[in-house]
Amino acid sequence: MGPAGTVTNMIYLQIAANGLVLGGLYACIAVGFSLVWGVLNVINILHGSFIVLGSYVAYFAYVHLGIHPFISIVLSGAALYALGYVLQRGIINRVVAAPVLITLTLTFGLDLILNNAMLVAFTADYQAVNLAHPLGTIQIGPIFLPGDRVAAMGLALLLTVLLYRLLRDSRIGRAIVAVRMDREAAALMGVDIWRINAVTFAVGALMAGAAGALLSIIFPISPLNAPLFLGKAFVVCVLGGLGSVPGAMVGGLVLGVIESFTSYWFGPERSVTISFALLLVLLFVRPSGLMGRRGYE
Amino acid sequence: MTALLTLDNVSRRFGGLNAVDSVSFSVEKGEIVGLIGPNGAGKTTLINLVTGVHPATSGRVRFEENDITRARPYQIARRGLARTFQIVQPFPKMTVIDNVAAGALFCGHAGSVREAQNIAREHLAFTGLADMAERPAASLTLARRKRLELAKSLAMRPRLLMLDEVNAGLNQTEVEDALAIIRRIAEQGVTIIVIEHLMKVVLSISHRLVVLHHGQLIAQGAPREVVNDPRVIEAYLGAKYAGKREALH
Amino acid sequence: MRAWAILIAVVALLALLPLAGNNYALRLATTVCMYAVMAQSWNFIGGLAGYPSFATAAFFGLGAYASAILQGQGAPMLLSWAFGGLAAMAFAALIGGAILHLRGHYFAIASLIVAEMLRELINGLPDLTGGGKGMNLPILRISVASEAQFFFYAMLVLAFVCAATAIVVHGSKLGFGLRCIQQNEDAANILGVNAYAYKTAAFSLSAVFVGVAGAIYASWVKYIEPPDVFDILLAVKPMVMVLLGGLGTIFGPALGAVILLAFEELVWRNFLTIHAAALGVIIVILVLFLPNGLLSTVRGWLPAKASSP
Repeated sequence: MGPAGTVTNMIYLQIAANGLVLGGLYACIAVGFSLVWGVLNVINILHGSFIVLGSYVAYFAYVHLGIHPFISIVLSGAALYALGYVLQRGIINRVVAAPVLITLTLTFGLDLILNNAMLVAFTADYQAVNLAHPLGTIQIGPIFLPGDRVAAMGLALLLTVLLYRLLRDSRIGRAIVAVRMDREAAALMGVDIWRINAVTFAVGALMAGAAGALLSIIFPISPLNAPLFLGKAFVVCVLGGLGSVPGAMVGGLVLGVIESFTSYWFGPERSVTISFALLLVLLFVRPSGLMGRRGYE
Repeated sequence: MTALLTLDNVSRRFGGLNAVDSVSFSVEKGEIVGLIGPNGAGKTTLINLVTGVHPATSGRVRFEENDITRARPYQIARRGLARTFQIVQPFPKMTVIDNVAAGALFCGHAGSVREAQNIAREHLAFTGLADMAERPAASLTLARRKRLELAKSLAMRPRLLMLDEVNAGLNQTEVEDALAIIRRIAEQGVTIIVIEHLMKVVLSISHRLVVLHHGQLIAQGAPREVVNDPRVIEAYLGAKYAGKREALH
Repeated sequence: MRAWAILIAVVALLALLPLAGNNYALRLATTVCMYAVMAQSWNFIGGLAGYPSFATAAFFGLGAYASAILQGQGAPMLLSWAFGGLAAMAFAALIGGAILHLRGHYFAIASLIVAEMLRELINGLPDLTGGGKGMNLPILRISVASEAQFFFYAMLVLAFVCAATAIVVHGSKLGFGLRCIQQNEDAANILGVNAYAYKTAAFSLSAVFVGVAGAIYASWVKYIEPPDVFDILLAVKPMVMVLLGGLGTIFGPALGAVILLAFEELVWRNFLTIHAAALGVIIVILVLFLPNGLLSTVRGWLPAKASSP
């Protein structure tokens, strides 16, 4: 292959690498959403706003207290965990067994409230975390990647893996998985379904908040971005299957790479439409996802 | 050879498993055929194949000379095949009479909802549910729900009726009542396939038995013969008993 | 029948409204009629058939744009309105083929995605649709008062036709079949219901009137742009209205439309910045405390009918 071919290969390699970095973040964005959907059978429209709220926590922590967003993961995570737990226990728990229409409308209504509250509190203006000491560019072979993004992706993947270990190895984690597999059987075995619901939802919110903190250094922050993140979470879920952490990982990475390439070939404005089109095709052909087991409908 | 229903080497694969494996048999008009076999033998899957709920992976299903292998459930229903479900499937929020009217309406035996409701009354009377007509289906006891399921199927005016464990969960008296109704249905010329695990019931009502085991047809014939067939005994009770049986004869 | 009597009485009363000479009231009433049409339409697929569709915004926007484009080519207004409805209906029939076999959440998402993609499509064809800059519609050369009356009557007629269709469908084989599908689709199939055809019919019905409403709306406001006519709230509000009034009932949607509009007017005039949150609060209260809608709840309060001997 002559020099021209090598250059094209390098570009594709770079695009793929960009996609993987993005994809790791997408996985983190989606995994909480996927867990809530898989375990509670609730599509949490609030998820996008949770992420944005997490970003704001990190932003204000940085601007007023000088705390690096990577450390704010803990702050955002804790804040959103609390919010999620309260919301679930207080409101969402009452409709968990209700039909799709009810749960969807409810989380939509709650999101209207949260999003509006953020708009009033923070305005729609886009904020950004401008790091005083950015990590600069890292070079891996022929590929150049922004250091902060790579670090963010690394942390995102780390969080996702931690969640996976939690689900597998802790008592509460295994209870969550049990409920996801068979709610009635789990109840019969003495699992406190209400508590598991609350914890799962809260964990989902935590992951959203943590993801928000990581994203604060990459994406502009505004309540207007919430639907964008929600849309990505949807696509990742359908790609990777519901309630599955490895699925979210794979789905996220695949989406990241696809978006990276479609952005390059068709322009960034089109890439959202294309991922939606992909989602539709997937729903048509294989609703349980590339990896998923037959989850809830 | 004008059998009512013919299965020709019908198979259904789920993943790597053959839930139904090259099954061939036919049912003549006016028969009552008992479809038996241990749990998991594939009996319900077979019914699902015939009614179009799952497509057969291979083989042919013929009903009254027509190939219905690839037909959709609603088309098969309109051709004259009805079935009941093992776990009853009523329309819970609709009244009993509307449940039955649905069968008449959508199989083309009534032009309007009103007409269908009139037809439904006959079938309710036949199954002894006449005084429950205006109750919501969800409020019925299990035995009555089973009869509702039956009435719904009858309203479809089927030529072939497939009953899937119609006696599951019923007590002795209820079983006797159900049997009486089934016999009356047969007297009206409806061909019946009965999936049943109660041997006594199946023996008392069937003209012929078909036995499935691990998805395969292992025996068919007159009830007394089939019941004494060593392969059938082995399928239900294991080789040990089959051997003992042999030794005694 | 009682339903027809109620419908004709209400419409007859409303028809007298212009005599009051209050343009503001007329504008409100026009909006109520439009909301009622959208809620009633959604009820076909969401209430009767039980498929939670988020495509209402797609139908509205498509009707608006189809009509606007046709009028831009010089076609007469009324014809363009009809065209808007037909375009929406054709779109529904087409999309239905792709998504109606999905159930529950997946159907909801798919219908939402379809709406989003349609919006992107309209945005991405600026030569035809003006893209992000929007489209203008022809001005009518009549007085403000006459215009208010004209559009009021237009929406009223549409609302009447839509409600009449609802009454007919509810009592028909189609309505019966849809109710069966909603309660147990597998059983319905086995009983001889061609579920696919029925669902497509319901989905198309949920589109045609909304499409015309979008077209009338476009002519009424004279300027449309994608975020305006494809707004997701246009998909969610009809659901809220139907839930308010009573899922699957005949007049529930209209009742919900009136209540929601009354509430909106109150909040919009006084608390503009939090009107989205206010809607959210209504939704939460509704879902938690009035899950069957007002009609059923009120019926539950009325003393039970004496049983016949």
